[in-house]
Amino acid sequence: MSLQVQELSFGARLRSRAGSVADAFRRNPTMLFGVVVLALMGGLAFLAPWLGLPDPMEQTPRERLRPPSGEAPFGTDMYGRDLFSRVLHGGQVSLVVGLSVAALATSIGLFIGLISGFIRSVDAVIMRLMDALMSIPSILLAIALVALWGSSVQNVILALTIPEVPRVVRLVRSVVLMLRDQLYVQAAIACGTSTPRILIRHILPNTIPPLIVQATYICAQAVIFEAYLSFVGAGTPPEIPSWGNIMAEGRMFFFQTAGIILYPGAFLALTVFAINTFGDGLRDALDPRMQRRV
Amino acid sequence: MPMTAVADLFAKSARAVALSTPIAVAGLMSVSSPASAESVLKVVPHADLRNVDPIWTTAYITRNHGYLVFDTLFALDENLDVQPQMAAGHEVSEDGLTYTITLRDGLQFHDGAPVTAEDVVASITRWGARDGMGQKLMRVTDSIEAADEKTVVLTLSEPYGLVLQSLGKISSNVPFIMPRRLAETDPNAQIEEIIGSGPFRFVADEWQPGNQVVYEKFDGYVPRDEPASYAAGGKVAKVDRVEWRYIPDAATASQALLAGEVDYYEQPAVDLLPMLQSDPAINIETVDPLGTQGVIRFNFKYPPFDDKRARQAALWAVEQADYMYSIMGDPQYFEDFCGAYFMCGGPYETDIGSEPLREKDIEKATALLEASGYDGREVLILDPTDIPVAHGQALVTAQALREIGMNVRLVAMDWATMTSRRAVREAPEDGGWNIFPTWWLAADQLNPITNISVAASGENAWFGWPENQKIEDLRNAFARETDADKQMEIVEELQAELYDFVPYIPTGQYYQPTAFRDNVKGVLEAPVPFFWNISVE
Amino acid sequence: MYAYILRRLLATIPIMAIVAVFVFMLLHLSPGDPAVIIAGDFATEDQVDKIREQLGLNDPLYVQFGGWLFDLLRGDMGDSIYSGLPVTTLIGQRVEPTLMLTLCTMVIAISAAIPLGVIAAWKVGTWIDRAVMTLAVFGFSVPVFVIGYLLILGGSRTLGWFPVQGYTSIFESVPGFLSHITLPALTLGAVYMALIARMTRATMLEVLNEDYVRTAYAKGLATRKVLVKHALKNAMVPISTTIGLGVALLIGGVVVTESVFAIPGLGRLTVDAVLRTDYPVIQGVILVFSFTYVLLNLLIDLTYVLFDPRIRY
Repeated sequence: MSLQVQELSFGARLRSRAGSVADAFRRNPTMLFGVVVLALMGGLAFLAPWLGLPDPMEQTPRERLRPPSGEAPFGTDMYGRDLFSRVLHGGQVSLVVGLSVAALATSIGLFIGLISGFIRSVDAVIMRLMDALMSIPSILLAIALVALWGSSVQNVILALTIPEVPRVVRLVRSVVLMLRDQLYVQAAIACGTSTPRILIRHILPNTIPPLIVQATYICAQAVIFEAYLSFVGAGTPPEIPSWGNIMAEGRMFFFQTAGIILYPGAFLALTVFAINTFGDGLRDALDPRMQRRV
Repeated sequence: MPMTAVADLFAKSARAVALSTPIAVAGLMSVSSPASAESVLKVVPHADLRNVDPIWTTAYITRNHGYLVFDTLFALDENLDVQPQMAAGHEVSEDGLTYTITLRDGLQFHDGAPVTAEDVVASITRWGARDGMGQKLMRVTDSIEAADEKTVVLTLSEPYGLVLQSLGKISSNVPFIMPRRLAETDPNAQIEEIIGSGPFRFVADEWQPGNQVVYEKFDGYVPRDEPASYAAGGKVAKVDRVEWRYIPDAATASQALLAGEVDYYEQPAVDLLPMLQSDPAINIETVDPLGTQGVIRFNFKYPPFDDKRARQAALWAVEQADYMYSIMGDPQYFEDFCGAYFMCGGPYETDIGSEPLREKDIEKATALLEASGYDGREVLILDPTDIPVAHGQALVTAQALREIGMNVRLVAMDWATMTSRRAVREAPEDGGWNIFPTWWLAADQLNPITNISVAASGENAWFGWPENQKIEDLRNAFARETDADKQMEIVEELQAELYDFVPYIPTGQYYQPTAFRDNVKGVLEAPVPFFWNISVE
Repeated sequence: MYAYILRRLLATIPIMAIVAVFVFMLLHLSPGDPAVIIAGDFATEDQVDKIREQLGLNDPLYVQFGGWLFDLLRGDMGDSIYSGLPVTTLIGQRVEPTLMLTLCTMVIAISAAIPLGVIAAWKVGTWIDRAVMTLAVFGFSVPVFVIGYLLILGGSRTLGWFPVQGYTSIFESVPGFLSHITLPALTLGAVYMALIARMTRATMLEVLNEDYVRTAYAKGLATRKVLVKHALKNAMVPISTTIGLGVALLIGGVVVTESVFAIPGLGRLTVDAVLRTDYPVIQGVILVFSFTYVLLNLLIDLTYVLFDPRIRY
């Protein structure tokens, strides 16, 4: 009986949260800005192949490093490839990396976090492992992983995911620990409900709001880290443009044609800015007490 | 464990503090007598000096380091003739089988020990175990012995035309002379100490891999009287210190030169030159007049390039200008076309057989590719993205091969990874490769013996492992031949065969400029950046 | 208190052990053969094999690990397989620039970020607050190297105030040190500043709503005194946690900053070592980084006692 009540109130809470997201848009114009910019960037990146742009990979060595013109709004790069087309197409890899890392890190972290929080016998071992993983600076670990596994989009995604997992695990675990002592969970345990069922029905839904917020931050950071990886020479393969590798390949030319870094840099910064403001807005709406986690 | 690091830091800081007082005093004194101030040449080298043993590695950066620290028995001059350097002279017996080499007076190592014939014998032996040309020489060598303190006797088992060319080899591996105790190190291990008899001394304490290398003038060096000419002649150190500062970011390095934080930038990218030229205080010179050859290498073990028609197809599909524009940019720094496998401007330049490279003919290329039985399989091109010269060649090749219908995949990696990947003999799908890009200095490519990328001895050949008996026979004939005209005939026959067999695509000949500030005087024109004869004002 | 410190110190041992095993396995189970790179262009299969033998790469993994661990416990991290220099020496050469860069960045970032955060919280909802917060989000969003290049363009090339690259030891020349460190520290500081400013604002907002702050206001204390003495002091615990955890973020930026400004620090040492699979160096540097990180966060936990007298161990 009391369980029934809890379920209801939980459903109501979810609805009210959805409502508060809508409210947040009204109250927080920067969040709206974030969503609009994000949609625009995503649209430009994924619709780029149909915009009638020059092939982003087509080289014309004799037309290299041309200044911006009507034909090539951002000019050409050192292999004579159209920079505008490359920057637009480059959004694909950058966004795919960002979104995949966010999705993978949160789902893996959620799984481990639920187990660690609820099953006491494995908790200590898992948490020591996570502490160890977390003590290795994430960017160094990612560089090492890509350098050792070889350069590919999949490897970059995996390498950026692994260091993020422990942070998600900690977050999920802390929510689980808090909920485990709640009356309705204790009641469910007393009723003999199976562990997976308790986890899925009672605990999982409560971890979602902070996780979504966390996922936006992970996504934003992954987009930047993809650029760092390219910059130090352990990034996505440069033939397929990404904002990171366009900048990494063009860094030498910065003091002559700053655009080769500034255009992709601006697209990247604007996108990350949009993701971050979107995340902040979500946080205010879903989980006002939560702070940005490092 | 980090404690040791911390302890190190403290020790270093303590030393710095202890040293700062005398330095301050010295600084004050130097104000009163500026003439006694230490002169320092600050150089941005083309790469980080990772290994310090020039016999153990072929890296150009280690070779350049070697020339500062070590001396050579013989050396190449600007007419590409071999001159004595540490040798006072040599005699060849009438049958041409015995070389008697005498050392000149006053030679000494940086630890104060005199250079003896024993040191020379040990050094040549170690070099002969590692270097390709050295191995060839050792194969025809009966014995190499010290007759007395100053006399080395080399006895051959058969006549050989390239004895002095080998001992006076200008590029990697250079037969540098080391103290015997170092030269007796296993050729497959690095020497533990850097002691040479060259004009500069290696300051081991100040070596920071990845950052800086420091050399000090060696006062005990006695230069020859002749003027410096390539590696030959008098090597006079005119600065007290040479400091190499490795700056990995090309943009930062050129800014450092503009700001006067460094004096000499060995290999600025051509694209950065207009910016450097805008400062009248910066000179830009092509120090190496012989140039560099771009190389696209095939893997002969696996399809499609195990069939020579597929390699010929690639030759018809590419155009040198595309390569040169993409890696050098400014046509001032490359030849419009160079069809000579042994370099344009070199003694063995010829144009024979080069039509497929000179002309681009997609139809012909496609037909040849089809005739080779190409089945649409994936072709892997290794793409070292951190080295613009190699990366540009990989991109251009990929585009050209796609144009004739090849299914190309570029495999991005850094240069270090590529150097291990290209050694993999397995099939491309099992971690091997089909094509990799690289480059060689003219000093290496000038003749059929030192140009190891034409060697076709199968499993023993350079990466790619081509096998062609005719090419090997011609190279051996060339080595035995002592008559210059006949050598040229052999080269012509060889090059015709090379264009049919296509061991690699010469993607063009370009010239690497060097930039230095106008306070730097006396920079020598040579295929290797030498740091003697240079003074700083 | 001492027992607590000891317990915490002991707790780092298993963590470091896991890191050691993890890093070792990661390196040795990955493809890539340093012997081939070392052997060079002309080496035969035999020569490569000899080099592999000399490096001990042919031994079974547990033998290699055991040997490494044994040496490690004696303070010997082995030698770089390229330069042949001891890893401890290589690290020793690089500690100072990285340490100084990190410290200067922290000083600059903290001394700017905390006042900004406090002001934003004090003027919450006004344009000042919005401006500070927007700037902070931007700090998270611009890649470090873009900031670095822009600063070189402005600070060195246009104004000529700062050198472009390099590092001068503070023990050699203090002015030289300061002029070299300024641009890199500002570059690296952006993200960190953003993080701390946001955290300060958020914590301050909470604290400002507490009763004792209202009481202080009611007593008629000056705003500045309330903000600093009452509110900020209580907000320092979460802020200092963020400062500690944020060091992880800094280290990511250090790697990139060092390569833009050609600073011979640990970040570049690591990247160089990773790109050429110099096993002993990678293992050593990662261990040092992890250990520092763990130790630093332990230290910060201990400083809570300073700020929050309610916490007792």
